[in-house]
Order: sequence, then structure tokens, then C-alpha cells
Amino acid sequence: MASVNSIRDTFFEECEELLEALSEGLARMEAGTRDSETVNAVFRAVHSIKGGAGAFALADLVAFAHRFETVLDEVRSGRIELDTDGFHMMFRSADHLSDLVAAARSGAPIAAGVTLAFIVALDDCLDDHDIDPNATDADFNFAAIPFEFDGPGEAGDYPSGTAVFDITFCPHAGLYANGHEPALLIRSLAELGALTTELDASALPDWRELDLLTPYLRWQMRLTTQADLTRLHEIFEFVEGLCNLDILPVRADQPDDTPDMPVAAEGATVETMTENPTDQPRIEPVAVPGQPAELRLQPAVPPAKASPDANPQTESQAPNPTLRVDLERVDRLINAVGELITNQAAIAQRVEEMTLATGAEIKTDVEDYRLLARDLQEAVMAIRAQPVKPLFQRMLRIVREAADATGKAARLVIVGESIEVDKTMIERLADPLTHMIRNAVDHGLESTEARIAAGKDAVGTISLSAAHRSGRVLITIRDDGAGLDRPKILEIARRKGLVPAEVDLTDTEIDALLFLPGFSTAASVSNLSGRGVGLDVVRAAVAALGGRVSIASTPGQGTEFTISVPLTLAVMDGMVVSVAGQTVVVPIASILETIRPEKGDINRIGTSESLLSIRGRFIPVVDVARCLGFASTIDSQATPLLLLVEGEDQDHFALIVDEVHDQRQVVIKGLDNNYGSVAGVSAATVLGNGQIALILDTDVIANQRDMAPPRTWLSTQITEDAPHGLN
Amino acid sequence: MASTEMQSQADLEFVTFCVGGQSYSIDIARIKEIRRWAPVTPLPHAPIGVLGVMNLRGSVIPIYDLAARLGLPGTPDNPRNVIVVAMHGGQTIGLLVESVSKILSVSRDLIQSTPDMRSDTVRQSITGLITLDEGMTRVIDLAAVVHEQAMAVA
Repeated sequence: MASVNSIRDTFFEECEELLEALSEGLARMEAGTRDSETVNAVFRAVHSIKGGAGAFALADLVAFAHRFETVLDEVRSGRIELDTDGFHMMFRSADHLSDLVAAARSGAPIAAGVTLAFIVALDDCLDDHDIDPNATDADFNFAAIPFEFDGPGEAGDYPSGTAVFDITFCPHAGLYANGHEPALLIRSLAELGALTTELDASALPDWRELDLLTPYLRWQMRLTTQADLTRLHEIFEFVEGLCNLDILPVRADQPDDTPDMPVAAEGATVETMTENPTDQPRIEPVAVPGQPAELRLQPAVPPAKASPDANPQTESQAPNPTLRVDLERVDRLINAVGELITNQAAIAQRVEEMTLATGAEIKTDVEDYRLLARDLQEAVMAIRAQPVKPLFQRMLRIVREAADATGKAARLVIVGESIEVDKTMIERLADPLTHMIRNAVDHGLESTEARIAAGKDAVGTISLSAAHRSGRVLITIRDDGAGLDRPKILEIARRKGLVPAEVDLTDTEIDALLFLPGFSTAASVSNLSGRGVGLDVVRAAVAALGGRVSIASTPGQGTEFTISVPLTLAVMDGMVVSVAGQTVVVPIASILETIRPEKGDINRIGTSESLLSIRGRFIPVVDVARCLGFASTIDSQATPLLLLVEGEDQDHFALIVDEVHDQRQVVIKGLDNNYGSVAGVSAATVLGNGQIALILDTDVIANQRDMAPPRTWLSTQITEDAPHGLN
Repeated sequence: MASTEMQSQADLEFVTFCVGGQSYSIDIARIKEIRRWAPVTPLPHAPIGVLGVMNLRGSVIPIYDLAARLGLPGTPDNPRNVIVVAMHGGQTIGLLVESVSKILSVSRDLIQSTPDMRSDTVRQSITGLITLDEGMTRVIDLAAVVHEQAMAVA
């Protein structure tokens, strides 16, 4: 039973990849790429899902996938030409297929009527082109069988661009004399694809008559590859004239879809093979007597691409070998490596304390250990890192649905989908991103009429991009809509009592109002946004990942939201400081600079507040020790050491600390597992001496200063403490 | 067969330790290990009896002063103090006690329920009493130790 479940799990995992390939392929087709490779990839994705679903008796899924496939097959054969509406239908169908897969996985039922509606719509699509939707049902029984018989000239289920060559290789004496090695040539061939090799040793005489300088061996090889003839000849370039070489193309795809098909060599025979070339098992033994064993293996690298500018789709057809690993195992490894880093720091500290002679060998060893540990950590972190592509791809659907719901026309432009981020980060970014993309369509873009009136493209553009910036990932959601209506935002905020009527706000301050809880700019609550989930929730979700959101908007040109998150949730660059005798860590990301101000730069206000005057600005000074409830050791007469920190609203404040020790990468340890969350502390880490240091949440510390003056601390504290005990 | 079942049910093992001069005990199955006292990192605005957090082979575990959590005067600093590391639900917690006394084997029926007492804090923190030659030991309810603060507020 367990094994069936694991096969099932594998099927659903594959479905996710296939659905991704499907929507990607459709997007590419819509963008104008109509080559057979892309169309086949789309068809294949649906076909494979249908096949797998059939094996698990997922009737709904099979029925719908079959109808979808039928339409795609017609598209593939050119009998149906997709127009804008057609593509819309295809995308909607892909979305529904994805819903069906999700429903099958979770076991949740999906309203049969919905599927039926889609099937009817797809049938209409076929009817429009005078194709009987049931005509292909004969093929249906074949569906679950992985390899369908394809008539001659049909592209079938193997990657297009695949060709089969028969290669006869007969080295002359000169080849050996020049130091060439047939084994290396054959190995190069094997790197191009699936190679079967047969040694013809029939010319080999009796050993007594053997002439060591005369070559007797010849090889017959059959190569199934995506490379073209030129590439094959390149391999034998250096042995030209030193051997008899015949390369005959045996079988290629439909002639019309292989523009890169090699021009048939002289004497080439093209015959139709009865078996499907890609069905030739990759493990087929390669019999090369006396050759090293590794020749028998398929190369670990994907087959070389036919041309450097090959369509990216080729990559998904010959993916890097991957390994599916239980996430928990990876996390255990990450934990162990985290321990190793801590242990390394402890050893380094001990060695440092030993006051050894300079150049002592152990110091070099410890330094090597440090570098190795760092390498190991980076390698382990890379396991968890995943490209944002799947996350971004999902947004295509969100834009589509949001555009449908609002009656606007919108397209999504994706940039930087190969940027990698921690897996958990990607998962936890899905909701905020979905919300912001919906917002961009719903609130950001104007209605089509308004856009035309403003002289803009009727179709609004939302661009979603990811980029690395100094150890963080920036995700930008930009729309080319009307920009923020600041007077309206201010008016709403005043009406809701969020801002006192008499206060004047700067543009940035008005923009920041959007993040206040319960704020909604849509004059009428649409069924899309305005579900009571506002940007404040987005901000909280992003902040929980150690990130922040910012807005920039130009009236008439659009609005841009930028989410900045760390690359990983497991380690962080931190500044180790002491506060009231305690060692704490402040995230480097939020620190702008360290300053020891002149005495006159600190201006006290009232009994406990003070402001730092720096470069003509006044910045509030926060006594971290007091915020944390530790006895403050600050000598009010001396000038304190300050960390200038930027909060999530881009406002600055200065933290009083006793001493700054150093800057280092720290392994983040949650407090939640065994205790609960603590206000002002985001997590903890283990220092080199084994002691735990708390990682400060600077935003909370700054805001607590705003919300709770020191005297009321005591009363607020009790209610705040309640969750601690509960967890 | 019935007799072996009786046997397995009858014998429970408890670790007894000294807290504020009194004897308390915890089911041995809940105890992971006993460690020497090591400095803890205090938490901001921690409730009474939460001393801070400690590093247990890479895990951050909270350390509770058991005496203070039971409403007794806090455990005085003493290098002989030990930390009892126990599992509670999915959490690993450390309990600061004065010293660990011994392991006690008792049959289930020797555990007496707690009689009504004036102090609710103590009564809510123990699930039963076990008679010893030299007096008695109190069986700690870990849930109450960890949740006590929340209950007091609620």
C-alpha cells in the first residue's frame, strides 16, 4: 500500500512539472512561437497527465485531459489555428487541469458541472473546425499505454529533432600511430545521446599471425541523438583520413519540423524504423571489448545541445539528473551543518585563546576548517534553493483570472525567473505575491476605456521581476496603471480616522498608509480584492520572512511594489553587539552605520526621549536595554555608541548599544519550537562559546518605543506575556 | 498473559528531585537527560520563573526555575543545581532544580490524588502524591509548569 502511495506521490509531483511545462509552452505559443517542439511539449504534458491519471483511475482527470488533448492534437496538426479567444480557452483549460490534479491529490471533489462546462467548450472548439470530438476515441484506449504506435511521419512522444545515425568506424594504422584512441571517440559520441556499439572483430587473425601494427577492428554504432551531422563529424575531425567513416542518418522526424535536419550524406538511406527510437533503453549495454567500464554508462551530463542557441525547451527535455529527496532529510543535514559551523567557531575561539606562536600550524588548519565549513554550508544551502520560476508561473494564472474578473486586459511580463531562493521562502511568498498581483490588476490598472482615453496600450502590463541585490532577493511587481491616487488615499485615511485631519503628509508617508490595517482604496469592494485582506497582511507576511515591502508610484505611469527578502531563512549576516551585558545580534540588513556621536548631537526631550541630530536630521534614539526590559547600564553623562538602523518604513532610528564586537554569519534558531515568540526578538543563534544570543527584531523595538512609553510597559507586558505560556 | 499486563501497568518509574526543599517527581519517560547548570541567556520581559534560554546541542530550549513556577521562592544560585531536560508535548524544556535525588519505582495504585488545598498554584501543578519512607513526593504536571502564566492571566 505504501509503495502505491509513493508512486502516486511521484505522479503528482510529475504532474506539477508537467503543468508548469504546459502553461509555459502555451505562453510561448501565445507569444508567437509555433514550432513543433513547443506544441509537442504542450501536447505531451497533457498526454502524460492523462496517462498517469488513467493508471490511478482518476476518471474526471482522464476525461478532461483527453478532451483537452484532442484539441491540442488538432492544434498540433494545424487543423485548428488558435486565435486570442482560443488561447484564452487553452489557458483556462490548463488552469482547470491544474485544479483537477490538485483535487485528485487532496481527494477534494470538484463540481462535475465545471468540468462538463469545460468539456463542452472544448467540444465547441472542435465543432467550429468540423472535427468530431468523438472520432479520436478509438485512440483513447491507448491513452494509458506509455508508448503509442505512431504511424510513419507522426511526431509521436519522443522529442522532435531526434535523429538516429548508423556509424561505421574503421580506423587505419595511421590513427593509432598518431596517438588517437577509438575509445575516446566513442565516448564523445556517447555524450551526444544513446549509443549502441558493436565491435566487428571478424578481421582479427589468429594470434600467431597477428601484426601489432595492423588494425583489424571496426565498430558499428547506432546513435540516437539530438545533435546534427556536423556535430558528429566534428568528433571525427582530427582522425579524418585516418579511418573509414560512414555516418548514415537512419530516421529523423517529420521532415517539415526539423529545419536543423542534417543534409543527407552521400549514399544516405532514409528508412522508417519500426520501433520508436527514444524507446531504446538508455541502459542498453554498450559492448566495447577492453574498454573502460564507464563507457557503459549514460553520461551524467545531458546530451550536448545541437546548437548553442537551442530553444530553451530542449533543456526541459533533457533535464539535469535530479534526485527527489525528502525535505526533512535536507533539513537534518542543514541542522548538522549549522552545528558544525558553531563547533568550528568554538574551536577557532579556543585556539585563539591559546596564545600560540604566529604561524603555528594549527592556526592554518583552523582557518582551512573554517573555509571548508563555509563551503559545506553554502553547498547545503544550495540544496534548498530553488528558482522562483514555478512561483512566477503561477502568477500568470492569477493575472488571467484577475483580468477576467475585472474585465480588464492584462499581460504579465516575467523577468529573472531563474533567480534562486530558499524553498520555504518561495512557499511563503506565494500568498503575498498573489495578493499583490491581484491588487496590481484590480487597483493598479485602469479600465480598458480609461487606458485608451489616456493614450495607453489597451492591454495593461504587469511586470514581475526577481533580482539579487547584496545578499537579498528583490521581487518587484510593477504595473503601468494610473499610479497611486494620493489625495484619495489621504481622504480615506482621514475618513477612517487613521490620520488626524490637520496633519500634512509627504508622498512617501501617504503611500505608507496603504499598509495600515483595514485600509482599502477600492471605492467599491470588488469580488476580487477587498476581502478584508489588505496590504498590511502582505507586509506582515513579508516581515515574517525577514523582508520588507516598499512602494514607489508615479501618477499616470504606474505603481511599483518591491519586496526584499533574505536568500535563506537559515543563516543571516549579523552584527554582534552587547546590550546591558548581554550579547545580542542585530541583522546587518537593517544597519546603516555605526556612530559615536558628539555630546551635543544628542538632544534630550522630556525625561526619557532623546533625538540624535545627524546631517541636519533628527532621529529618535532607542535605548535597546530598556526596550528589552534589561537594566540599562547607560551612563547618561557619556555619549552612547549608536547603531543607525533603517526601519521597514524607511524611517531611521538609532539604537543605543554598549559595544560592537564583530560582524559574522549566524545560524538562525527559532524560539517558537520550544517556547514561543518574544516581542522584540526575531530568533536566536548559538555563539562560538556555546552561549545563545538573541537576534533583535529592530522594527518591533522601534515601534514599541512609539506605542508604549516606559511607564506603561508593565501593564502591557502582562497581556503580551500570555502567549508565551501558551506555546 | 493477564499477569504480565498487570505487571507492566503496575510499575511506573519517577525521577525525584529537590525543589525549594521539597521533593517533586516526574515520570521518567518524559525526561530526556539531566545536565549541569550552565549560564542561560535571559529573555526580554520573561514571565516569572522563566530564566531564559540555553543551548542544548544546537536547540534553543527555555529554562524554567521550577521553584519559582510553583510559587516558591526562586532557586538560589548554586553550582550544584542541575537542569532536568524534559519533553512536554512537542517541546523540549529545561527545569532548574536544586538536586536530583533518586529514581523511584512505584505501582500505579500507590499514587494518590491531590487533596484539596488552599494554594491553587501548587495544586494545579501536581497530578498526584507518592508516599515515600521519609515522607512524600509530588508528581509534577508539566503542562501546568509551562502554562501557568497563561492560566494566571486568563
